[in-house]
Amino acid sequence: MTARSLTRIIYPLAGLVLLVIVWALICRIGRLSVVVLPPPDKVLYAFVANLGLLFEESLVTLKETVYGFALAVALGLPMAVAVAKSRTLNLMFYPLLVALQSVPKVALAPIILVWLGPDLQSKLAIAWLVAFFPIVVDTAAGLRATPKELLELAHSLKASRMQILFKVQFPASLPFVMTGAKVAITLAVIGAVIGEFVGSSEGLGFLLLTATSQLDTPLAFAALFALSILGLLVYLAVEGVELLIAPWLPPAAERH
Amino acid sequence: MAFGTIKSVRKVFPVGELGSRATEPVVALDDASFAFERGELVALLGPSGCGKTTLLRIVAGLIAKTSGSVTIDGREIDGPLGDYGFVFQAPSLMPWRTVIDNVLFPMEILKRSDRAARARAAELLELVGLSSFHHARPHQLSGGMQQRVALCRALIHRPNLLLMDEPFGALDELTRLEMNDLLLRIRKETGATVLFVTHSISEAVYLADQVIVFSRRPARVSQQIRISLPYPRSQAVRFTPAFTQAERAASEALGIVPHLEAVAS
Repeated sequence: MTARSLTRIIYPLAGLVLLVIVWALICRIGRLSVVVLPPPDKVLYAFVANLGLLFEESLVTLKETVYGFALAVALGLPMAVAVAKSRTLNLMFYPLLVALQSVPKVALAPIILVWLGPDLQSKLAIAWLVAFFPIVVDTAAGLRATPKELLELAHSLKASRMQILFKVQFPASLPFVMTGAKVAITLAVIGAVIGEFVGSSEGLGFLLLTATSQLDTPLAFAALFALSILGLLVYLAVEGVELLIAPWLPPAAERH
Repeated sequence: MAFGTIKSVRKVFPVGELGSRATEPVVALDDASFAFERGELVALLGPSGCGKTTLLRIVAGLIAKTSGSVTIDGREIDGPLGDYGFVFQAPSLMPWRTVIDNVLFPMEILKRSDRAARARAAELLELVGLSSFHHARPHQLSGGMQQRVALCRALIHRPNLLLMDEPFGALDELTRLEMNDLLLRIRKETGATVLFVTHSISEAVYLADQVIVFSRRPARVSQQIRISLPYPRSQAVRFTPAFTQAERAASEALGIVPHLEAVAS
């Protein structure tokens, strides 16, 4: 491990420790009730004591997230290709897609619940809905941003439309696709939790809601942490896939 | 009949094709005519934006001409033939491919990517001094090295004609001189016919069998200058009177120095 990467781990860790100390001090000095803001040790205790439960509920939320995300990719990529390759489809749907992106889609959650019921389907649908738009919009943008010279090169060789799509445009758009995917996976977690808030009998969102209603705030915080860890893990998984299928991209840290 | 004939080629871009700011059609090319033989290196010289790049794309079949005729090797050009090599000003390599796979790209498109193609790719990379970089990624190479890969990519399918659009314009002076010598060597090895767009007078004179000088937009061929310096040329040729004379002739055609006769009178 180099000194530089060590620094990149130590400093955020120090920041975290500082934050926890401030949190503990606020609880101690402010004499806050455990229901309002539980001190770090109580949260840690709740986390460890309910590890099995948290893990089980995490798996439920993870499933909703990943299924919704996978469906968003599976439907989003062909949609993006259609919008980017056909002028008619582009004129018809691209402005609509961009406009729909700004609609607060979580507001549709209650309606989707009515349509699909309180089981996996409704959560999956909400996660899909929020993840779909960044995938389509970013992929379409990537396909359209293919360098003109590469297209001319392909045309000068009489490449077919399929060859141009799969050998030039699609690989060229991968950085955009991955950017969209990283936004989408984060949104998919939020979508799944919103779905659980609106109507569910399992998952971290449901656990969070029940714990709060029973005034078990330490457990609610523990669920919140489990949710953060889940979000981080799925994000890292997508970044891992990026490294695997697009190893020519410089590492994320160097790009910013 | 000549290998390549460009006859009264005219290109007018209608308003709609140029973006919203254009208010009237632009005549990019107005009556360009010249001819060249197989194996010749022809430099298209002119000020920037004079339509020489447009002409190159018309010859490649990438854009349609408004009128006139382009015949290469007995065929009238009205679309891409799949038989030309193209080198752009930027290397335009594919960052997701290794060097060797970039070179092999045309063969994949033409569905001729076999063992012989790989052997030829290795041969070309050797010729440009990159034999130890087969599996490097483009971003690991310098600009000059990338352009050498682009040159190999343009030659891999043994094209009938090599079209180069200011290929060394973005390189520093020394690298550019090196690339000029490399191009001459490759031309000798492969016998390629080359159309080379440049706005450098000395580059045009150094490389070419003949220099086609274009006037400002709308571009017309204002003069066709045959360069009689013998090949192989080396950088020392730049300091000979014959070279200076050719440069002067090109400069006069471009209108940046007065004609000698005019000065005398």
